[in-house]
Parts: sequence; C-alpha cells; structure tokens
Amino acid sequence: MNPQAVAQSVVFGLFVGGNYGVAAAGLSLVFGVLRVLNVAHGELLMLGGYVSFWLFTLAGVDPFVSVLISAPVLLLVGFALHRGLFVYVERLEEETRIKNSLLVSFGLGLVLQNLAQWAWTADERSVNTTYAGGSAMVFGLVFPYTRLASLAIGCLAIVCLDQVLRRTYLGKAIRATAEDWRAAALAGIDIRRTYLLTFGIGAALAGVAGSLVSIGSTVAPTLGAAWTLKALVVIVLAGMGSIFGAFIAGLLLGAAEAISTLFFGSTYREVVGLVLFLVVLLIRPQGLFGRGPR
Amino acid sequence: MKSFGRGGWRLLAVIVGVGGLAAVPLVVARADILNLLFLVFLYVTLSESWNILGGFAGQVNLGHAAFFGIGALVTRGLWLQGWPFELTFAAGGLTALLFAMLIGVPTFRLRGTYFAIGTLGLAEVLRITTANALPGVSSLTTEYVAHYDLAARYELGLALAAACVLTAWLLLRSRAGLGVLAVREDEQAAQATGVGALPHKLVALALSSLFAGLAGGAFAFYHISYYPELPFTSSWTFDSVLPVYLGGIGTLWGPVLGAAVYILVREELAVSLVQVHQIIFGALFVVVVLALPGGLVDAWHRLGARRRAITRISPP
Repeated sequence: MNPQAVAQSVVFGLFVGGNYGVAAAGLSLVFGVLRVLNVAHGELLMLGGYVSFWLFTLAGVDPFVSVLISAPVLLLVGFALHRGLFVYVERLEEETRIKNSLLVSFGLGLVLQNLAQWAWTADERSVNTTYAGGSAMVFGLVFPYTRLASLAIGCLAIVCLDQVLRRTYLGKAIRATAEDWRAAALAGIDIRRTYLLTFGIGAALAGVAGSLVSIGSTVAPTLGAAWTLKALVVIVLAGMGSIFGAFIAGLLLGAAEAISTLFFGSTYREVVGLVLFLVVLLIRPQGLFGRGPR
Repeated sequence: MKSFGRGGWRLLAVIVGVGGLAAVPLVVARADILNLLFLVFLYVTLSESWNILGGFAGQVNLGHAAFFGIGALVTRGLWLQGWPFELTFAAGGLTALLFAMLIGVPTFRLRGTYFAIGTLGLAEVLRITTANALPGVSSLTTEYVAHYDLAARYELGLALAAACVLTAWLLLRSRAGLGVLAVREDEQAAQATGVGALPHKLVALALSSLFAGLAGGAFAFYHISYYPELPFTSSWTFDSVLPVYLGGIGTLWGPVLGAAVYILVREELAVSLVQVHQIIFGALFVVVVLALPGGLVDAWHRLGARRRAITRISPP
C-alpha cells in the first residue's frame, strides 16, 4: 500500500470527521445537560442542510454564509421542539426520562423525515459553488479549499461553544445544571430556561453541521439516521459529556473509516463505527476522554 | 366445574380463535383478505417480540428492524439457493439471535442507553451495508412463483404469531419471566436478591430477536420481490413499537390488539393518504408515549375502574 494514498485518505477522512465532531458535540451537550437522548438529532442536521440548499438555490446565498442563517433557524426549531415535546419528558425520573426521550425522538425523527420527503421529495440535493474545484497541495497531498473551510468553521463552532460554556453566566448555569440540577435550582438557576437554551444550542450545532454537509456531500430526507448513528458512536468513543473530546473522536472516526475503505472497499465502510462502538464498550466503557466511572 | 375458571375459559377462547383463523383459507378464497390477515400476523409477531424485551424486561430496542432484516436476508438467500425452506427459516431466526447476543452482551453489562444505541446502530449499519453489497431487487424465479401458495404463507404467519404470543405467555408464567419483570422494576433490588440482571435481559433479548428473525423469514417467504435492504429500514422498528404502545406495553394482549388495529387502520389510510400516513402515525406515537403510556389496554382498565368506583360511590 502506497503511503501517499494512505495519507491522502486519512486527510479526507479527517475532513468528514470534522462534521461528525460538530454533529456529536451538539448531541453530547444536550444529553449531558438534559439527560435526554435525542435520536432525531440527525434529522435536525438534515433540516440544516436543506436550509443551506434552499438559500443557495433560491437566493444564491453562499453555503458558508448560510451557516449564519441555518444555525439560528435550527435554534428556533430546537426551542419549539423543546417547548412542544421534550418539556414533557424532562419531568420524569432519570431512567424513564432517557427511555421516553429515545422513543419520543425516534417518532419525531420519523415524522421529520417524512415531512421532508413530502415537502421536498426524496431527491438527493447538493450545493455546487463555482469555487468548488480548487485545492491546495501540501507535501503532495490534496487539500480542497471548501473542505478546509468547512473544517475551520467546524473548529470555530466548537471553540465558540467551549468559550460560551467557560466564560459566560449561561455557560456556568449549563455546567452547573449538568452537574446537579437540584443544587443548581437551589442556587437560583432557572433550570427550565437552561434546558430550553441548551436544547436550542444543540439543535443550532446540528444546523451548522447540516450546512457543512450540504457543501461537501448531498442532502436527502433519509440522511438523518446515519448521522444520528455517527454522532452516537462518536459520543461513546469520546465518553459522555466531553465537547472537545467529541470533536476529536469525530476526527478519529472519520480517519478510521477512510483507512478501512482503503483496505476493505467502501461496501463495509459503515461497519467500522459499529465495531469501534462495541470495542470501546468492552475495553474502555467510559470512553477515550471520559473521566471514568463515577 | 370449579377448576375450569376464568383462565380456562380464556384459554379455550384463544384455542377456538386460532383454530377458526387457521380454517379461514379453507372457506375464504379472496387473496386480499388472506394478504391482510398475513400482515396482521406478521405485525403481531413483530410487536409481541418487541414487547418481550421492551415491555417485560424494560429495555428499549431501537433496531428491531435489524433482527427482522437478518432473518429475511438469511432465509431468502439460502432458500433461493435451493435449501429446504424449513431449514432456512430456522437459520434466519438463529442468525438474528446470534447478532442480538453480539450487541446484547457488551451493552447489557453497562447501564444506560448503550443497548438502544447498539441496536439502532446495528439496524442502520446493516441497512447501508446490505444496500451497498446487494443493490439489486431480490425476486423469486419463475419456478418458485409457479409453486407459490398463499394459504401456506397464511398458515405460517398464523403459526408464528400464535407461537410468539404463547412464548410470551409461558415466559410470564415461568420463574425466568418473574426474574425478567423484577429486573425491569428495579435492577439493583433484583441483583441484591440474587436475580442476575444480565442473564435475564439476555433471555428476553434472545426470545425477542429469535421471533423477529423468524418474522423476517416469513416476510422473505411471502414477498415475490423486494430490495434486500427494505427489511432493515427503521420503519419496521417503528411498526413494531407503535402497536406495543398503542395496545399497552408490558401486557400480553396489548401488542396483539395494537397490531391488529394499527394494520387495519393503516391499510385503510394508505389508500387515501399515501405519503402522509407515516407522518400521522409518527405524531400519534409521540402523543401516545407522552400522554397515554399505558396504551389502550390500560385506558380500558382505568375506564373500568372508574366505572366501578362510580357505582361504589353511588348512594345505597
């Protein structure tokens, strides 16, 4: 096997992995804080992809600019879903809460997927910008500009999220709620508002990831399940509740998939994630960056 | 007859009911009725098998389609290669069970959502991989079509549904079944009293996945042509879970009732509202989980309890 080819696939794998990381960070944040596992996260990402696609097709908005629109749009969608559905799940005890959130979001995902299919047909859509072909050569490896920019935006979104969580009052409230919501409530934090905002931020991150997906590949109504799965595998790989860890694990998964494609062909590409998931559970259930059993 | 109590009459009614259904193909020649009833049997099997794990053991399986699809894939593949159907049918169910153990053993050791993630992942990975590896339509050859007998499919579906419900009933009456229920109610308390959580969850998973795999085999036996990835799509999981919640999770007859109601309504709706019916049922499912977690059976009992309470309160 030619090392150049291996390096090149790893590079492309990392670009894809950046999107996995952004998708997973949003899901991980929501799960860590609300203890609600939203398996419709991939469908939210799909909606973000369609926002970018339609803005580009109907108004000619550049997909890198429409990230600034898809994120707030999905923030609002997240608020609406939280107010309409997940508020009712939150009232339950932790174990029932997770169980019911899985079921409710599973149904929600199906509804969103079918709504998208009904409204926008099952066609695969993609955004083709005029500058899509350009690329930089470094050490004989190809780095397409659009992919580099996508990865940069993904990194930026993660850094922004981290800064919000570290430096703002809201971030402190979110971290406190994740740690112990009863104590946070006693300290005067408005738990319901924190939950609402956290769910919105998670959805907004799905929107960002969706826009980035629309640039690099295609958008279709059935896209959601595969992305939910990637995000879940990445979270388990990283360990629950670690945002930076999720991003790095996303890059790792992307690279691992690329390498396996090189050796076994693209037919069995999806199996990599599942195998990694099972291996991590057997060897290191707290995840690569997790703090270990509490 | 003192010993022949309520349970005895109920058992007799069930036996007569199944016997009556088994006689339907002798009397009814209309293919549409047999096809509809076959669908009901298939969905009863899927729902009751989901219920064995989800309702009795309390473990959320978001990838029931994986086991259904494995059963269909294995049965179809071997059967078309000329193996006798009975053998391929068993092989499909057992392969599904094997994959279930592959996911179940690592995930059930840990608490939390890992099992749901693992099953969701298994179904999605198998769907995409099957679509990649077998992109074409799987069709029965003319030789198979010439021997196609709808009544045989019907009887297989009925036998499978009856066997699944019977298994669930036997499980509920057994010591292992009590253990499964105990694990659902309180895992730590069960462990503390010597009822192992892991083996009991695995027993429920084994029965659940076995019947889902056999249902997949029946599907492969029934359909003349379909895309091999179709049985892996998440709508099969949804179609297994919705009837359980509609009818009443954790009850023996809830999934049977739910599946029958669901299929009859859906087939009615599918004609008039082709694309929208999945949106309606998805929304209905969300509402039922949130607002009516006991399902129809529970609503009926509660209604009965209220009626009794009212008559009790009424002045003497």
